Amino acid sequence: MKEDVVIRTVTRMIVPFIQLFGLYVILHGASSAGGGFQGGVIFASAFILYGIAFGITEARKRIYEKITTVAASLGVYIFAGIGLLAILFGGNFLGYSALPLPLPGPEIRGLMAEFVEIGIGITVMAVMTSIFYDMASKEEVE
Amino acid sequence: MIWEFNFAMFLFLVICAIAAITVRNLLSAVVIFAAYSLIMAVLWAEMNAVDVAFTEAAVGAGITTVLFIAVVSRTTRRSKD
Repeated sequence: MKEDVVIRTVTRMIVPFIQLFGLYVILHGASSAGGGFQGGVIFASAFILYGIAFGITEARKRIYEKITTVAASLGVYIFAGIGLLAILFGGNFLGYSALPLPLPGPEIRGLMAEFVEIGIGITVMAVMTSIFYDMASKEEVE
Repeated sequence: MIWEFNFAMFLFLVICAIAAITVRNLLSAVVIFAAYSLIMAVLWAEMNAVDVAFTEAAVGAGITTVLFIAVVSRTTRRSKD
């Protein structure tokens, strides 16, 4: 299967579109169907498709396991950071309208909701890719 | 809400659920489970729960199938019990 030129070419062509669709789902999560979790899963499925078509070792060269570990923590930090920032300015946890930005209230809420969705998306993408690496790799990793 | 469509989908759902737990070949069970997830996503979308349908289609029919296939390829393909 590794030598099959059709699978490799189609994968190489379709992966950017899957990633673009994942980003679209993440960024339009607040206003329509979708959200950080679904977009992150779609984004991770692009890496999983790459790993299936080219092999795990080739996929590990594209996105390192160190990067997935760091990204999984980074998304949680973005989420908790925005929530605690609102507490710092005297609001509730994730009470976006307390943030002192020069914008009307609904716009601040929309903007910060997008940042929280991006954080969720980063974490879900990293964790899904990491689970796939652990499940599909044959060798024992300590 | 078309009740004939709903009834047919529920029938397929029950058939897929029973087949997924009775079939001996675990790889077939995984594929039947993906079909179950797809029918479930159609049902969610038909019940106006688009967000849940999206999640079911992405996670249930996509990621879980890949992870199950990875697990089957690392363990046995036949069910013992």
